[in-house]
Amino acid sequence: MTILLFLIPAALALGALGLAAFLWSLRSGQFDDLDGAAHRILVDDDRPKRSNPPE
Amino acid sequence: MMTCCSVGPAIDAATVFAGDLAPWVTTRPDGSRELDLIIPRLCSPESIPVIEGALEGLPGLTSARVNFTSKRVVATWNEPSFNPAGIGEKLNELGFISRPFDPSHSGLKADDAQSRLLLRAVAVSGFAAANIMLLSVSVWSGAEGSTRDLFHWISAGIALPTVAYAGRPFFRSAVRALSLGQFNMDVPISLAVCLAALMSLYETFNHGEVAYFDASVTLLFFLLTGRYLDHLMRARARSSVSQLLSLSASSAMVEEADGTTRILAATALQPHMRMLVAAGERLAADGIVISGTSEIDRSLLTGESNPELAAKGAVVHAGMLNLTGPLTVNVTAAGQDTFLAEIIRLMASAEQSRSRFVQVADRLARIYSPAVHILAATTLAGWLIWTGGDWHSSLMAAIAVLIITCPCALGLAVPAVQAVASGVLFRNGVMIKDGAALEKLSGVDTVIFDKTGTLTLGRPRLTNSASLSSMDLALAAGLARSSRHPLSRAVCEAAKSREIAPAAVDDVQEIPGCGLSASFQGEPVRLGSRHWCGIEENDGQGLPEFVLMRNSKTASIFAFEDELRGDAAAVIAKLKADGLRVEILSGDREIAVRRAASTLGIERWQAGATPQQKLAYVESLKAAGRRVLMVGDGLNDAPALAAGLTSMAPSSATDIGRTAADTIFMGESLQPVLVARDVAIATQRLSIQNFVLAVGYNCLAVPIAMLGFTSPLIAAVAMSTSSIIVIGNSLRLGLFFRKQTAVPAARPQQGAPDLPYLERRAA
Repeated sequence: MTILLFLIPAALALGALGLAAFLWSLRSGQFDDLDGAAHRILVDDDRPKRSNPPE
Repeated sequence: MMTCCSVGPAIDAATVFAGDLAPWVTTRPDGSRELDLIIPRLCSPESIPVIEGALEGLPGLTSARVNFTSKRVVATWNEPSFNPAGIGEKLNELGFISRPFDPSHSGLKADDAQSRLLLRAVAVSGFAAANIMLLSVSVWSGAEGSTRDLFHWISAGIALPTVAYAGRPFFRSAVRALSLGQFNMDVPISLAVCLAALMSLYETFNHGEVAYFDASVTLLFFLLTGRYLDHLMRARARSSVSQLLSLSASSAMVEEADGTTRILAATALQPHMRMLVAAGERLAADGIVISGTSEIDRSLLTGESNPELAAKGAVVHAGMLNLTGPLTVNVTAAGQDTFLAEIIRLMASAEQSRSRFVQVADRLARIYSPAVHILAATTLAGWLIWTGGDWHSSLMAAIAVLIITCPCALGLAVPAVQAVASGVLFRNGVMIKDGAALEKLSGVDTVIFDKTGTLTLGRPRLTNSASLSSMDLALAAGLARSSRHPLSRAVCEAAKSREIAPAAVDDVQEIPGCGLSASFQGEPVRLGSRHWCGIEENDGQGLPEFVLMRNSKTASIFAFEDELRGDAAAVIAKLKADGLRVEILSGDREIAVRRAASTLGIERWQAGATPQQKLAYVESLKAAGRRVLMVGDGLNDAPALAAGLTSMAPSSATDIGRTAADTIFMGESLQPVLVARDVAIATQRLSIQNFVLAVGYNCLAVPIAMLGFTSPLIAAVAMSTSSIIVIGNSLRLGLFFRKQTAVPAARPQQGAPDLPYLERRAA
């Protein structure tokens, strides 16, 4: 049963990783604009950025 | 898409915010500045790159980010010298009206913080529940001895911090209730969660077989989900309402003694200030006209649909719309004598008399919590007697009862349905302020409508357009083009709908109270009242009219009528068919109300009602035991809105009307009233079904627990199944109404009434 000593921490760590990822995405504002995010994928963002204008 | 495109009528303030933006600019910790703007009419996702691209093109601005969900833009810049006024101007160029706002000020930040806290608690308890459940499965499938102990210890290590962290919303609420000497649902919840965790810890110490860590954490997870849904619904409604309110956050131009002008917030106005009101602006305070002549639209205050002339010495009130000419107004004493203060006083007293409505969930909680405690105590006592003082097994049985009866599904029964319902309503252009409004709406038996602005659109329409020659209409439109008067706008609209281009006229002059004059190909032309054009008054139908004079000869007469909402008649017929009593309670003149009532087939109507009379009438109906839904928009309706069992207001209503109403609907259609009632009834039915399901489950499980046959496995299965069934049942509402209603919440233009929902409902 010593395998449990590896498996349980591994399982918990994976779960904790998921939780941490969720909390991070929440904190970084990824859940702030759900409707907008759904539409932004269709936005053609090839327009030149002002910060690095085309030569 | 949703309904946002129809906020329209609420907007008549200046399109560019003219005040000082400095109070709204916040400085971030890294030194950059930030401005939050609301764009209420942001409704097409194609605008996202347009807005962001245009704003990022502004020199000095480092970033602009659109939040499409909340219809906001956050702009940031580094240079202190950057003038943020350019942002609003740029947006205006793109055709968007924007208003600055302070997220921390409008209460939205508190909502946001609370919702994040709840979501984090849901996430943490979800993580814990999943992991403990995995370990528990091993225990249930036969782990023994030191392996079982190990699993229990790991579970304890996850469960105890989780309970301490994620249980806080319940513990706080329970402590608050107890300190007031009351019971609420959170008391048995907190007890069950804490006792289960502590008892399991004790068992784990003593190498016991049974631990309820999974139950206590799963319980938290389900309950937090319910709490989060509930919060989400309220927050969404609040943020929509505050967006609407922010539109009319009014300011006023004030003239100082030295002749300079400055812009003040309406709340900062003092008596004896000289307020300048441009044509097209709403008045921000009560006052007396010192100079200028104009026509005043007082429909939001009194329900009167025809504009009135205001000249020097006229008394004007906040909320009136100045139509045709600039006015200088001496602000009169603020305080208890103003019309607004009187309305607010009436509203406050109406709200006090509004009998305290207790929601089904709360009523149930009042019975349920004591029942749970009595059951647990009885179990403890029974077991002590039966076993002759075996505290351990008696306590185990009592705690098992607490866990099993914990209102897990009950906590989800109402929030889950209401969250689905508010989503359905939101898509249909209805915003519900809280769940109680849905419950009240489902029991309504009388519907009282205000006329102007509620049954009608609050703006006149040319009724005899078809009988006018296109030359006359073109000429009239040419004159009317430059005027803000509602009748002039109606003329232009009529010309547009017949695809007649306005004639080119010169020297247009607007004479308030009279009409418009100009010259057309050298001939003098006039468009205005009969009196001004020198024709005898007609038989006094009371309907507004314009006379078109060409070269001092009458060319034609334009007749107007305040247009009913396109589907008003159909909606009212449906309400009546459902057995509701429908009435009109209006402040407008009798002739206009009678015409509307007969068109709509409403037998009971009252005209010329003052705010006090409206309030008294609603109170008298309530006293007679009727459950009244008041639908109104004006300041004069506000007390009655507050007095009704529940109330609805169109989004074009006054601030106070929108604040007083429980529910706000958007668009030009009256259909949302019907949709809201149908959804409310379905919501109520589903909530009660959910209660029956949840209580039924408990009734099955309680005897098992009291007899001591509960195992953690049974507790876990019972709890999860009942919760999942309740959620599944709630989702049926969304499925049902998605199939039934593809209602375009706002019809883009008036015209043939588009009634998909009404038709489907009849089918």
